[in-house]
Amino acid sequence: MELNDLIDEARRGSVRALARLITRVENSQDAARAAVRTLYTATGRAHVIGITGPPGSGKSSLVTELAKALRRAGQTVAIVAVDPSSPFTGGALLGDRVRMRDLAGDRGVFIRSMASRGSLGGLARATSAVVLILDAAGYDTILIETVGAGQAEVDIAAAAHTTLVIEAPGMGDDVQSIKAGILEIADILVVNKADRPGAERTANSLQAMLQLGPTGGTRHHGRMMKTPEVLASQEDQAWRIPVHRTVALDGTGVPELVELIDRHRAHLEQTGQWFEREKQRSRREVENFLLDQFMARFRAVVSSHQESKIVEAVALRELDPYTAAEQLFQTVD
Amino acid sequence: MGDMEERKPRILIAKPGLDGHDRGAKVIARALRDAGMEVIYTGLRQTPEMIVEAALQEDVDAVGLSILSGAHKALVPRIMTLMRENELDDIPVFLGGIIPPEDVENMQATGVSGIFGPGASIEEITNFIWGRIRGQEPGERH
Repeated sequence: MELNDLIDEARRGSVRALARLITRVENSQDAARAAVRTLYTATGRAHVIGITGPPGSGKSSLVTELAKALRRAGQTVAIVAVDPSSPFTGGALLGDRVRMRDLAGDRGVFIRSMASRGSLGGLARATSAVVLILDAAGYDTILIETVGAGQAEVDIAAAAHTTLVIEAPGMGDDVQSIKAGILEIADILVVNKADRPGAERTANSLQAMLQLGPTGGTRHHGRMMKTPEVLASQEDQAWRIPVHRTVALDGTGVPELVELIDRHRAHLEQTGQWFEREKQRSRREVENFLLDQFMARFRAVVSSHQESKIVEAVALRELDPYTAAEQLFQTVD
Repeated sequence: MGDMEERKPRILIAKPGLDGHDRGAKVIARALRDAGMEVIYTGLRQTPEMIVEAALQEDVDAVGLSILSGAHKALVPRIMTLMRENELDDIPVFLGGIIPPEDVENMQATGVSGIFGPGASIEEITNFIWGRIRGQEPGERH
């Protein structure tokens, strides 16, 4: 079927067309480009929520509970669940649906598993295009579940309006929680499996981490330096990152989590940060596509033989890698 | 500009019915993964409706069913009917597990395109899948 027909039918509500369109977009950058071009003006309506955290912290279970709660509130929900591809065979085992069986049979929920295909930031290269397509197809909320993330997979923060970082008890000591990386991107910190021993301590150390820093915690220094007006406006602008406890298996704490998500959305809209985040996302996307275009042009101009020769020279220590890159760059210029 | 087209076969591996033995399904899922495919694994106790819904949303190239309970005579025809109703009948469905020889013909009559019993090798199964999906353009099954 032609791409344009798939796009039309997907927008008219055909699940089959939507699913096939997503496959095309995953497989081909030309298809992604064409689909996004056609659909872009119809996007920007959905609330995109990212869910990230270490493997086994309960992301899939929590996504399922969130989707159920959002459905009860009358929203339609699309889920993009990313799992890693093998760096050796390129294959992948996508197992997030195992935890999502409660959502079966609901026409208001669309679930799509996605392999990361070599991307290292916790998402797949095509994830952002797929999210745009789901947005254009009319889903009210889009939940993106990342690859089980360790410390540095922070792409989700640029792809989502609201980022949930899920931790489970017993994942490390207090120093873990002040390291840079994944905890910094949280709009909401969730301690899942809160019925387990150590949940209290995990929540406390996350809370303590927030209070150590300028974001979300108390800001004494700002208070001393700023005039009352600036201070007041900053107080309004600030989002205090909540640490929230859930038990995804029985749904404990999930309604409150949905409330926090709603509050975050309202906060983004009231403070103009929604548009700021859109700008951030747009910048990133434009730069990514620019990079793609440059690489494509590079491949068109520089033969792989030419490139291998230079790479070999680097391996033989005849050329340093910076100079090699400069030489190759100049070929394209 | 050259399009770096990358097509990965997407295979749904599902466990319909009530038996709780998913070792076979997991072995196949793992083997297909190692053969470079993207395997969507559904887990245990899937209804025919759940399986067909997953096949639809995930836009898979093939569906593998693992049944050890003996309930294949009820489950498989139902799944094949739902596949047809959802216009997914162009997607090959293959069957693994315990299918008695006397049932094979019946199963094939429902539209199942491959049956792999306990003796089947992984290679046989991957070859079957590659053979079924080769030559198709991405998203061009009709």
